[in-house]
Amino acid sequence: MSNELAPIVRLLTCGSVDDGKSTLIGRLLVETDSVPHDTLDATKKTRRPGSIIPAGEIDFSLLTDGLEAEREQGITIDVAYRSMSLLDGRRLIIADAPGHEQYTRNMAVAASRSDIALVLVDATRGIRPQTLRHLTICSLMGVKKVIVVINKLDAMGFDKKVYDSLINELQPTINRLEMKSISFIPVSALEGDNVTYRTDRTKWYEGGSLLEEIQAWRDTESATDHSRMCVQLISRADNFRGVSGTISQGEFKAGDEVVVLPSERKAKIARLVTFDGDLEIAPTGKAITMVLEPDIDATRGDFIERSSDYTKPADRFSSHLVWFDEEELIHSRSYYLVNGSSMVPASITAIRHKLNINNGDHESARTLHMNEIGVVEIATDSAIPLTKYADNRNSGNFVLVDRVTLRTVGAGMIVHALRRATNITKHNYEIAKGARAQQKGQRAKLIWLTGLSGSGKSTIANALETRLFASGIHSYILDGDNLRLGLNKDLGFTKEDRAENVRRVAEVGKLMVDAGLVVIVALVSPFKVDRDHARELFENGEFVEVWVKTPAEVCAQRDPKGLYKNWCGTRV
Amino acid sequence: MRSSPQILRALENESIEILRETAAAFKNPVLLYSIGKDSTVILHLARKAFHPAPIPFTLLHVDSTWNFREMITFRDEVVKMHNLKLIAHINEEGLKAGITPFSHGISEYIRVMNTVSLKQAFDKYGFDAAIGGSRRDEERSRAKERIFSVRESGHRWDPRAQRPELWRTYNTKIRPEQTMRVFPISDWTELDIWSYIHLENIYVNPLYFAKERPVVKRGNQLIMVDDDRYPLRDGETPEMKMVRFRTLGCYPLTAGVESNAKTLEEVVEEVMGVKLSERATRLIDGENEDSMEKKKREGYF
Repeated sequence: MSNELAPIVRLLTCGSVDDGKSTLIGRLLVETDSVPHDTLDATKKTRRPGSIIPAGEIDFSLLTDGLEAEREQGITIDVAYRSMSLLDGRRLIIADAPGHEQYTRNMAVAASRSDIALVLVDATRGIRPQTLRHLTICSLMGVKKVIVVINKLDAMGFDKKVYDSLINELQPTINRLEMKSISFIPVSALEGDNVTYRTDRTKWYEGGSLLEEIQAWRDTESATDHSRMCVQLISRADNFRGVSGTISQGEFKAGDEVVVLPSERKAKIARLVTFDGDLEIAPTGKAITMVLEPDIDATRGDFIERSSDYTKPADRFSSHLVWFDEEELIHSRSYYLVNGSSMVPASITAIRHKLNINNGDHESARTLHMNEIGVVEIATDSAIPLTKYADNRNSGNFVLVDRVTLRTVGAGMIVHALRRATNITKHNYEIAKGARAQQKGQRAKLIWLTGLSGSGKSTIANALETRLFASGIHSYILDGDNLRLGLNKDLGFTKEDRAENVRRVAEVGKLMVDAGLVVIVALVSPFKVDRDHARELFENGEFVEVWVKTPAEVCAQRDPKGLYKNWCGTRV
Repeated sequence: MRSSPQILRALENESIEILRETAAAFKNPVLLYSIGKDSTVILHLARKAFHPAPIPFTLLHVDSTWNFREMITFRDEVVKMHNLKLIAHINEEGLKAGITPFSHGISEYIRVMNTVSLKQAFDKYGFDAAIGGSRRDEERSRAKERIFSVRESGHRWDPRAQRPELWRTYNTKIRPEQTMRVFPISDWTELDIWSYIHLENIYVNPLYFAKERPVVKRGNQLIMVDDDRYPLRDGETPEMKMVRFRTLGCYPLTAGVESNAKTLEEVVEEVMGVKLSERATRLIDGENEDSMEKKKREGYF
């Protein structure tokens, strides 16, 4: 905390290959002597096809382009990280993000941790949609300072009018995005003007060189009262139990009254333990182990905040969401939501709008495709204390993980928690759950029959209930087709609707199990992820999944609904 | 300029966070211990991360059988000193087949005795995550590496299927056929490593310090003749020279540099003035421009 300078500054560079971005960074690295000499020699000898740089001179762009495929195509397709020293002893870590539209996700990745962003504009080509896209993503991801580098001014005779008109053209976008900290620099990356040193070819320009501007940046983020640590693991040794994590916001002192979230249990910090001895104060960024007094139950994924001012856990949020995956966002499907070490199942309950990142327009959408950004409502299965992203990037972010492929499919920035969550209070019933089943002399259970249409689920369900009924068991059948006549008649057969169908049936089944019944579900439910989500509503042993594995040919022969005849079995 | 203590503390804290995340999120994580300065620093960071509890990882040394002798001595000493659990794995089939750096070419030797050997160990012990000491400043394809990097079945690295990694929110979930590689010192530079070793006074391998050692000259490289397996050319005799090593590995493939840096202080001074990338002393990387990426795709660390 305090006013101490952050020792590491993170910088993002955005722009496309043709804007001369690689050349700019390459030059910055070389002119600050950040490149080993043998690496530098290689850039004098290697040439990509079509290169016009004379042999023996440095091709700066070769310093930052990495992977084999990229060099073949002459483009940068993934985020690359470079370190260099600033002249004041601080460290600059450069995240080089690609400019092509299909790789928007990489820019979001690089921007997520960056303090400063360089947005390159090729003066010979003017402002293009991607420039606006870059500014939008920088703003959305909370980059603290943007430096717009107007490059290739050498080819425009270092004309102030060209420079001014480009800035004017960007102004409406900057205003719309409410970007507070932004500056502009006229540059020739190829010839080295205003990169490390200022040159006389832009006498009309009064600001500093790019390097000077970067070094002059100070984090003005106001100190916050809010303090927070996510519990990564429980540390156990002889006569020792502590909770380990990194302070992600604010600071903690020994003796502080804290609260563990989401349980909201209170305790006091007895010790702040590190390998190098106990601390009195643990500042932001410090990895520590807290000993709590009393030693209340805290587990991995819990959050610890100061009890005087803590984040109320909520289970519904409004959020920006950037979609990364080739498979589009499925409304109502359950994903894992990850923040820090906490992970809870969550689903998107509404897509408010999609953002047109070229002009900021809000467009209606039923889903989000790869590289699209939207505002969504998200519901988590259990409450989690996420804060506004605008207040703190660590406490207000999350990633979504697909529950089957386990790929990272989206990244979210919390706009705010939704009120509903705190307005609803769960009431406990006097009669305990087990008591109702006990009164009926049975154990409540849910038997979930899944299988193709025509596989015999309904027939089996009926036969089973007949037997149960005969032996005096209280039961009920939830048949997919029957429910679609009433409760689910608003649902169709898209992936989203099938997910919602499964969710509703599972919730109704849960109520019936609570009531003490043996419930038989007969539902096509083709997606494992949806069934797994249903299973999570139940206690161990309550949920039994049965796959009615009738071969597809047999189902097609039976074809009670005439589906196979119509669709040739391709889509069921 | 030496890396400031502030920078080193910031890097240290981030690395500790990554090590803790690895310990908590995986069932059977392993720390790849190569005996070099980078894994020595990771081991030190791990002691800090879990204090007062012991380090929860097994150490794995993929022993190519051609390491410097002093590396093995040092390894056993460190394991004893910190009461660690270490597995030293040798590809016995490769050994039986007589694969050496001289018999089958360097690439094939590396593939069999390192890459294949690592995969064998993974499968034999069922590790689901491995912590490694790669740094982004080492080499171009490493500059793009994630901190938590998924390997597909067969330990393949698919650079195009890399998961987006945002903030410090890590997706540590993997499917049964996948494994994870974890790089807790990604953002450190060589100078950071040495500055940190100095700041924390960490015990490192004596090979990093200059001493008179028997060497022969091959091209521009000074190779230490560490035992009598090294095939000398006709009339060639090893010469005693003051050399030290910037990286450690298989002795026939790891060139020394002439140096008088005998203390930690002197080594740090030397590193600050050095203007060659440390991989310049490795014989494998120069073979082909993209050799590192190719090896990584096949499962090399």
